[in-house]
Amino acid sequence: MTLVLMIILVCSPVAFSQSTPQAFTGANIIPISGEPINNGVFIVQNGQIVTVGDADTDIPNNAEVHDVSGKVIMPGLVDTHSHVGEGDGGDYSSSLHPDVRIMDTIDPRSKEFRKVVSGGITSVNIMPGSGLLMSGQTVYLKPKPADTIEEMLIVNDETGIYGGLKMANGTNPLRENGSPGTRAKSAAMVRELFIKAQEYQQKIEDADGDPDEMPARDLQMETLVEVLEGKRMVHNHTHRHDDILTAIRLAEEFGYRLVLQHVSEAHRVADEIAESGAHASIINVDAPGGKLEAINLVNINGKALEDAGVNVGFHTDDPIVDSRFLLRSAAFGVRNGMSREAALEGLTIVGARMMDIEGRVGSLEEGKDADFIVLSGDPLSVYTHVEQTWIEGEKVYDRSNPEDRDYATGGYEIFRTTNMHIHGEGR
Amino acid sequence: MNLFENNFMKFRYGLAGVFVLVLITASGLITTSEAQIAVKGETVYTVSGDAIQNGVVLVNDGVIEEVGSADNVDIPSDYEVHEAAVVTPGLIDARTVVGLAGYYNQDHDQDQLETSNAVQPELRAIDSYNAREFLVNYLMEEGITTIHTGHAPGAVISGQTMIAKTSGETVEESLVDSSTTLAVTFGPSVGSNFESPGTRAKAVAVLRQDLIKAREYAQKRAAGEDQSRDLKLEALADLLDGKIRALVSAHTAHDIMTALRIQREFDFPMILEGASEAYLVLDEIKEANIPVVIHPLMIRPFGESKNADMETPAHLEEAGIPFAFQSGYEGYVPKTRVARFEAAIAAANELGFDGALHALTLGAAEILGIEDRVGSLEEGKDADIVLYDGDPFEYVTHIEGVIINGEVVYDGE
Repeated sequence: MTLVLMIILVCSPVAFSQSTPQAFTGANIIPISGEPINNGVFIVQNGQIVTVGDADTDIPNNAEVHDVSGKVIMPGLVDTHSHVGEGDGGDYSSSLHPDVRIMDTIDPRSKEFRKVVSGGITSVNIMPGSGLLMSGQTVYLKPKPADTIEEMLIVNDETGIYGGLKMANGTNPLRENGSPGTRAKSAAMVRELFIKAQEYQQKIEDADGDPDEMPARDLQMETLVEVLEGKRMVHNHTHRHDDILTAIRLAEEFGYRLVLQHVSEAHRVADEIAESGAHASIINVDAPGGKLEAINLVNINGKALEDAGVNVGFHTDDPIVDSRFLLRSAAFGVRNGMSREAALEGLTIVGARMMDIEGRVGSLEEGKDADFIVLSGDPLSVYTHVEQTWIEGEKVYDRSNPEDRDYATGGYEIFRTTNMHIHGEGR
Repeated sequence: MNLFENNFMKFRYGLAGVFVLVLITASGLITTSEAQIAVKGETVYTVSGDAIQNGVVLVNDGVIEEVGSADNVDIPSDYEVHEAAVVTPGLIDARTVVGLAGYYNQDHDQDQLETSNAVQPELRAIDSYNAREFLVNYLMEEGITTIHTGHAPGAVISGQTMIAKTSGETVEESLVDSSTTLAVTFGPSVGSNFESPGTRAKAVAVLRQDLIKAREYAQKRAAGEDQSRDLKLEALADLLDGKIRALVSAHTAHDIMTALRIQREFDFPMILEGASEAYLVLDEIKEANIPVVIHPLMIRPFGESKNADMETPAHLEEAGIPFAFQSGYEGYVPKTRVARFEAAIAAANELGFDGALHALTLGAAEILGIEDRVGSLEEGKDADIVLYDGDPFEYVTHIEGVIINGEVVYDGE
């Protein structure tokens, strides 16, 4: 009897979540890739989306049916810049650490991931800090229950890459006693390293596959070659309008792909950003101030960038904005003139593009990963709660479960003592 | 908001001497003018009574003249009419540091904590409040018309707090109450700011010893005996005499219990603030008859606030404990929170709209002792009114107008 029960307990979640179709009926479906569907039918199976249709859609006989009438279903949210997971990055031995991987330091069991899914986030770009010019490689992962970080990674099938490169300019990387001490030196140090990487790349090309001719392995150079080849995105922390332009200037010189992160003064150089083709991942905060170079961070960036034709994504920079309030950031964009469509895209597909994962996540389309959220109402309303979060066809958060709910609302001893990530430090 | 405010403010500070005279003259003209305003709202939340559909608030000479349904209130033809979907009383931030902790976050504009001594009840907020601070105006444009501001948590006693309106060019013009509370802290932040007291236990011992001294000072003062004036003991004696209250910051349940223990020992009037773990000791707080200015609901769950719960306001209401909202103290980005946004999170987490709006207006006014002037739309109260294009708590709602003391100080642009 005990044995049977154990087998059921071990096997049933797999049977439930993967091979049995899960059909959700009655919801207002916001697919992002198309027009919203009132009273739609949404079916997932084997971790993927099978059907996104209207009320007349056939539901397989063997499907488990979830009546979610009156609810909203949309893709799981994509947070393009976060510091959850208790990882770290480069140290102060130098300012340039493209060799460092945050992947090697994240705790897959961190309770912070449970908070992340309570906020509806299903894909997240976790980055080392902004206190160094290059603080390390970022990681794209899904905050699902896992024993190892490998299970969480979102690996690009073509390149095998699962993260970007974190860079920063402006005041955070500057040192009072050390290097870089100025903005110009910051740019020069980055350029020097990329020139070295170009030379390394040339040696690899010259070797033409001959192992004897290959340069000695160099972890820093290998990462930067991935950047130069366009396989690895650069996520560049930047605030002031002139720093934004410097980030663009360097990206154009070396031809790497660029996501501008924070972009606090984007409203001053929106046209230049649009022309460069760089992506913009913005943060919306309750009030300006607190950091001198970000003093002009106002929540009109979303509108200014949208008007200029830039794709705008959102990020929490958790803990600057808590992971539970990413939807709120998009709503603030709308409050300040962004279109509702652009705001919802910014929460999903646009963020996915910044992480090269738009083929798998960011919209509700047949064949994509079954990453979605069930909301109690309008995604942009303060009164709306995330009721369920699903990742690859498995329910990872359910507000009706008191233990899960605690991660949404807070409560006693739910978070193990964690160190708050402090900006301006490299770790 | 004006994006060039940053540079404009630098310019303004540079020419302060020239400008002050002009501005005082100008504002004098405004405040003495007898502005007569009618505010029409599709829904008017009076807070003191039921919401009025198609309501009207008449304002005359800075105060509310009449409140009622459009069917019953005649709007005199010479009144300036403002209309909005939703109208509420001016909102109250029951604990902030704006005006002392400036938005640049540089040494020159950070006056919220003096670290030369851990016990300085003689420090007055009015002596460091900058009425023209950018963030004061920012809060006003988010509908906050009254702030209880002053020295930050982080010292045994960091100083005195004050109450101001978010309009006015000088502290004197803005002031509602010059000395409201002494800001007291129980918790680990004191030890991180001072070499001694470096522990929570030592901080409590230091406070008790000073209060014992102050008790003697108060007794001599009451008896009319000669003693040299001592600003520190004067302030503490005022506390013991109930002339001002203690605004006690404590987050963990055990620090809250320590605060209640010291309050019982010395029997001073007290407001508890922060109180991340208040939900663990509701009975004790209720028994002590202590109101709570609850932490920002979006406070980051780290350190002593790691157990904060967005449903605490609902629990406080259920327990019958008076409470209000605050923007609190922020050391980085954002440099301040907005009490309206914090109340919105409470509204969405079991408290509901009515409870949240009450605590953000009349509830806060009652805790601060200013309910005769602000907190509701009632005849005779200060004409502090906020106009919205929708639900005041919705993320996408805009503020369309702010009226303080009968003057339109913000028109939504």
